[in-house]
Amino acid sequence: MSDTTASPGQITASDGMSLKAKLAKATRRSKIKALLMVAPLGIFVLISFLVPIAMMLTRSVYDPVVSETFINAGPLLARWDGKGLPSEPVWEAFAKDLKIGKKNKTIGRAATRINFDLPGSRSVFTKTARKIKRVKTGPYKEAMLKIDKRWSNPELWMTIKRKLSPITAGFYLNAIDMKYTGTGEIVSQPDQRQIYIMLFKRTLWLSFLVTVFTIILGYPVSYLLATLPMRYSNLLMIMVLLPFWTSLLVRTTSWIALLQKQGVINDLAVWLHIISDENRLQMMFNSTGTLIAMTHILLPFMILPLYSVMKTIPPSYMRAARSLGADQFTAYIRVYLPQTLPGIGAGSILVFILAIGYYITPALVGGQDGQLISNIIAYHMQKSLNWGLAAALSSILLAGVLALYWLYNKLVGIDNMSLG
Amino acid sequence: MAVTASDKPMVRFDGVQKSYDGETLVVKDLNLDIAEGEFVTMLGPSGSGKTTCLMMLAGFEPATHGEIFLNGTPINNVAPHKRGIGMVFQNYALFPHMTVSENLAFPLSVRGMSKAEQAEKVKRTLEMVELPQFGDRRPAQLSGGQQQRVAVARALVFEPDLILMDEPLGALDKQLREQMQYEIKHIHENLGVTVVYVTHDQSEALTMSDRIAVFEDGVIQQISTPDDLYEKPQNSFVAHFIGENNRLLGEVVETSDDGNCKVKIEGGHVVSAAAVNVSAVGERTMMSLRPERVEINPDEGSVPNVLEGTIKELIYLGDHIRTRLEVAGHDDFIVKLPNTYGHKSLEEGSTAMVGWHTEDCRALDVN
Ligand SMILES: Nc1ncnc2c1ncn2[C@@H]1O[C@H](COP(=O)(O)OP(=O)(O)O)[C@@H](O)[C@H]1O
Ligand SMILES: [Mg+2]
Repeated sequence: MSDTTASPGQITASDGMSLKAKLAKATRRSKIKALLMVAPLGIFVLISFLVPIAMMLTRSVYDPVVSETFINAGPLLARWDGKGLPSEPVWEAFAKDLKIGKKNKTIGRAATRINFDLPGSRSVFTKTARKIKRVKTGPYKEAMLKIDKRWSNPELWMTIKRKLSPITAGFYLNAIDMKYTGTGEIVSQPDQRQIYIMLFKRTLWLSFLVTVFTIILGYPVSYLLATLPMRYSNLLMIMVLLPFWTSLLVRTTSWIALLQKQGVINDLAVWLHIISDENRLQMMFNSTGTLIAMTHILLPFMILPLYSVMKTIPPSYMRAARSLGADQFTAYIRVYLPQTLPGIGAGSILVFILAIGYYITPALVGGQDGQLISNIIAYHMQKSLNWGLAAALSSILLAGVLALYWLYNKLVGIDNMSLG
Repeated sequence: MAVTASDKPMVRFDGVQKSYDGETLVVKDLNLDIAEGEFVTMLGPSGSGKTTCLMMLAGFEPATHGEIFLNGTPINNVAPHKRGIGMVFQNYALFPHMTVSENLAFPLSVRGMSKAEQAEKVKRTLEMVELPQFGDRRPAQLSGGQQQRVAVARALVFEPDLILMDEPLGALDKQLREQMQYEIKHIHENLGVTVVYVTHDQSEALTMSDRIAVFEDGVIQQISTPDDLYEKPQNSFVAHFIGENNRLLGEVVETSDDGNCKVKIEGGHVVSAAAVNVSAVGERTMMSLRPERVEINPDEGSVPNVLEGTIKELIYLGDHIRTRLEVAGHDDFIVKLPNTYGHKSLEEGSTAMVGWHTEDCRALDVN
């Protein structure tokens, strides 16, 4: 190195190297070492977390299926002025694309995409694709109109033209119960098709309730855990952790066994003549079931941060408050409770975030009106194969979580959050 | 300052016992009167039950047996917040989520005092502990010594008549601890409050207290003024716990009416001592003798008790020379030799005579 010899006025180490250079050299080595140590985890997080999220975000706005399918007609249609019907060359190119699409079996996918925006239009494509191969010569316009009259609808062409652009806000519009009309205006979905806003609201409301219930149930338990003598608190801790060691599926199904109409609780109530056999309570397969099961399953995530905060509060604070003249209640409210706020915050954020993304439990016990947004995301991933919409819904969820985090950081400060 | 409790004590422990587990007594039959304005220290080794006594007085632990009186009223069934006792905790217990001012205002606001009055009192109390500009800080932003002052201020701000302090200076370094000892003492003198102070540090107890109760194993071994405690220990635990002392084991061979006795020690020597804790001839006894009360090579006939010893070690400590000798079979016999002008020059390995006055050697129990 050229700059290792000291210039006058610089502090030098015993071998004549400048102290700064020496220090830099020493710290560089330890920095590289530290980097190497976190590298495996870093790569893992990159591959398993950041890349999927990036792909999801991309998918929510990027959809090349239509433009790839109509590869010949696309550029021609792009130049179409949108008035009346396109000219013959467009029809010809379209027929060609339909034939290729039929052969490659890609036409169905593209048709589905267009069907999202213009419901009922899917069969236009499939029907035409099936019959177009017999048409060897033009004019193609007449031939296609003969196969399906709906080709004369300018709205269909407008929709195709818009769908040709691979970047689209359509999925997000869809996710908030809006859509493009055939002519490109943004309007609300018809009432019977509005479900996502309602699902988001239900998810937020249910998650909020779950959070509140876990605080109500978890706070006294945490307090006992933190204050009981060791042998009792250990036992209690095992009871809190037991659900953690049991499979989620087992826990959820045991709630079904307990809460269903022919379940243990109803049986017991009937047997005790609290309710009659005909009036068995519906506690399962609705949002009540989801609420009960999720509260139970997420309870430890509230208790543990609360416990870890309470554990650090010495009993002398309460004693000091009492000796200063505060009764038990005042001492709790003014001295104990404020010191547990970081624990409540940490637990709430944890439970809330886990709750809004919860999937299995509502799927099993939620019935129709206990489904949450993640269930519909799963539906679009697995059944309807509308991945773009699933990605848009997920992205909105992700943005919500990040916003929550930001808010919490603003109000309490992430540093104050204690997860134990 | 009152040395003995008056007829109407401020605090009275009457036959108080305490057990946490129902098996062992942590406090055994505690009887103690504390007069108004007195500074009483509970001194004893760790685990001897001092904190427990304080907790019972403050109301955080119920007495298993016996009664505690405050100004003549039994308080066993009075809730802690109604006792009006100020308390300084071992780790201060300042509320971390409140500023210093809010901490001090807490006892005032729970008493329903107006905001203006609160502010006035808080200000005055902070000035008293010399922290007037620290009101807006959080406890975590203060040094240990400053936190200590705030804790004292908070216990004083609502003007209680009685203040309890549980090892309040335990976390401070030596210099700060000594300074705070004087400050607490001054506050006590200026305000005239009654203080019950707990410590395991004997020099702290000797410095600050009007009276000291020495605890061991849940029992008060002796309760006296600091000088009596040091000079007239009533049993060998106290003698050993307070200050340094030489211990000579022997057997009583003669008692006399003037309160003295003669004791035969190892090697057949017979010495005389004050009979404090012995009554009959033939009893085994432990004699306690303060190192600074022993003379080396005393003038002929000036002291009644003289023994020969061998000098084992000389340690120069500036103001005195610590001399370790072997005397009558004990090789840990210590003499503190004042570093006076022309002090006798001694050499390790040589023999020397050690002598003392009869009343300085106290014949105590063997334990
Ligand atoms: N809350 C408690 N539960 C059970 N035992 C206790 C409790 N507090 C103190 N002890 C026991 O009582 C004895 C006296 O304790 P303590 O009063 O704290 O002594 P000191 O303050 O003199 O060190 C000790 O043996 C201690 O273990
Ligand atoms: Mg203690």
